[in-house]
Amino acid sequence: MSVVTGLRPKSPAERLLATNSWLVFAFFYAPIVVLVVFSFNANENVGIWTEPSLRWYREVFRDEAVMGALRNSLIVAAISTTVATILGTMAALALERFRFRGQRVYDGLLYLPIIIPEVTMAVMLLLFFAQGFQWLDGAIGWSPTFGIGTISLSHIAFNISFVTVVVRARLGQLDPRLEEAAADLYATRWQAFRGITLPLILPGVAGGALLALTLSLDDVVITNFVAGPGSTTLPVYVFGLVRRGVTPLINAVSVIMLAASMVLVAVSFGFQRGSRGRVPESMAEDG
Amino acid sequence: MGPGGVDGRGAVSEPGGAAAARSELEDAARRAEARRGFLIALPAWFYLTLFFVIPLGIVAVYSFATRSSTGRTVLSDWNFDSYRRLWDSLVVEIALRTLLLALATTLICLMFAYPLAYYMATRRPALRNVLLILVMIPFWSNFLVRTYAWKVLLGSDGPVSQLSQALGGEPIRLLFTNTAVIIGLVYGFLPFMVLPLYTALERMDWSLVEAARDLYADGWTAFRKVTWPLSIPGVVAGSILVFIPTLGAYVTPAILGGAKTTLAGDYIVSQFLAARNQPFGSALSMGMMLIMLAATIVYFRWFRPSGRDL
Repeated sequence: MSVVTGLRPKSPAERLLATNSWLVFAFFYAPIVVLVVFSFNANENVGIWTEPSLRWYREVFRDEAVMGALRNSLIVAAISTTVATILGTMAALALERFRFRGQRVYDGLLYLPIIIPEVTMAVMLLLFFAQGFQWLDGAIGWSPTFGIGTISLSHIAFNISFVTVVVRARLGQLDPRLEEAAADLYATRWQAFRGITLPLILPGVAGGALLALTLSLDDVVITNFVAGPGSTTLPVYVFGLVRRGVTPLINAVSVIMLAASMVLVAVSFGFQRGSRGRVPESMAEDG
Repeated sequence: MGPGGVDGRGAVSEPGGAAAARSELEDAARRAEARRGFLIALPAWFYLTLFFVIPLGIVAVYSFATRSSTGRTVLSDWNFDSYRRLWDSLVVEIALRTLLLALATTLICLMFAYPLAYYMATRRPALRNVLLILVMIPFWSNFLVRTYAWKVLLGSDGPVSQLSQALGGEPIRLLFTNTAVIIGLVYGFLPFMVLPLYTALERMDWSLVEAARDLYADGWTAFRKVTWPLSIPGVVAGSILVFIPTLGAYVTPAILGGAKTTLAGDYIVSQFLAARNQPFGSALSMGMMLIMLAATIVYFRWFRPSGRDL
């Protein structure tokens, strides 16, 4: 099937469309390319090219502040992804497969952390922890501090919603008759879930987990508010440096972070392709 | 669909006693189902109540509190002072600048994203997927790093300025201006505009355009009468997805903006970190949230979203 566009192949309108598209793609990728190129520049001065070198990458791995922040990032991402994936998947199942009291309120509540501006959520959590710690100190004499704990708790709070949305989309595509057939064959609800539903939604769960992982590894605004002294994550540490200026070290760290997100995208595309076989293959068929 | 299936099978006429017993059994089964659903929903419910609803309540409460002379928040002596300050000329100026910048960002995104999405949707399926992945990559990569890339590009000794000097022009100083902030925001949020537009155009029934052409509509008329109206849901979804996060943007103005380009997000943050005026910062947050909730509700009431996630 060929697509009817109402445009002749070599018409001026068609040319204009093509030009715009390649300009937008240049706009998307030029900054990234410049950043990558300059990260291999040996010169201290970012703007002046001297010779290619891995000098700044070596410095990154020697920099204790960067490595400490990276470690914190990975700990927070692991904790928040695990907890949010479990809670988010359960929430998605409850919403798609059950009817219970307060369901509409629950549905709305789950969307709020996505809609609400990040700055507002950051403020909310800052005041909550500050007030809560003060109260805990007064009540039981325990005064926790801001740090990896508060960061992880905050990341879980926004990640649950994103996992729920992704898993729900997958559950929505699933034929409910499969589960009904299992029930007709005297499978218990749990057996049907373990044997039928869970394996089928697993790509959705993995997609949700990857999204949660990406969001946790990227978050600056909320983490900036709930991090304690000496317990920042990598993006927050880099954000602090970036505000002060442009250095070759930041270039190298940035490229490493960029490469990490590319790997995550590749993995998530792999999941989608392998499981659904939908986007690429089925589209190619009708071509 | 658990309970629905049970209902369907139970709708057979039977003698009175058996039917009553059966409906009682069904009621019990339905109640058990509902209880099970509630229990599965419970952990996330509990978590979000503790770490979202209560924090939201605290901000609401703080917005009515008073700031002491030392910057502490006094939780007594409740008043509307912080809300009254929202009408100060400085706050109104920042709010208007933020709205204007968000609007400009949304329009610029739409201007470039629409033709791009149209181009993508009218390609061969194989090319379409390559282009889609090319849009997805910046969408997934680290926002902070992408914004930082523009700081490198736009700096006084950065490539843009050097290029202009090499061509015999003046050094261009864009960093720390509104223009730099808009460039950064467009760069950051453009994929959010492209993806829903692409979805709308890709799903469109292109034979309608063909029909219009058969009825002697020229290309422009066919676009105006067929394609554009059918792509409106994508336009609306994309605009909301760009406009709302831009209103609350903090990272982009913090990196690319200057002292004269304070936006709502910066201003709220400064109330907590620098000015130490938590009640006023809370009132600002409440105001921002209300504006966004209003925008979202308008969107969901007026336009039926396609229900597709990103």
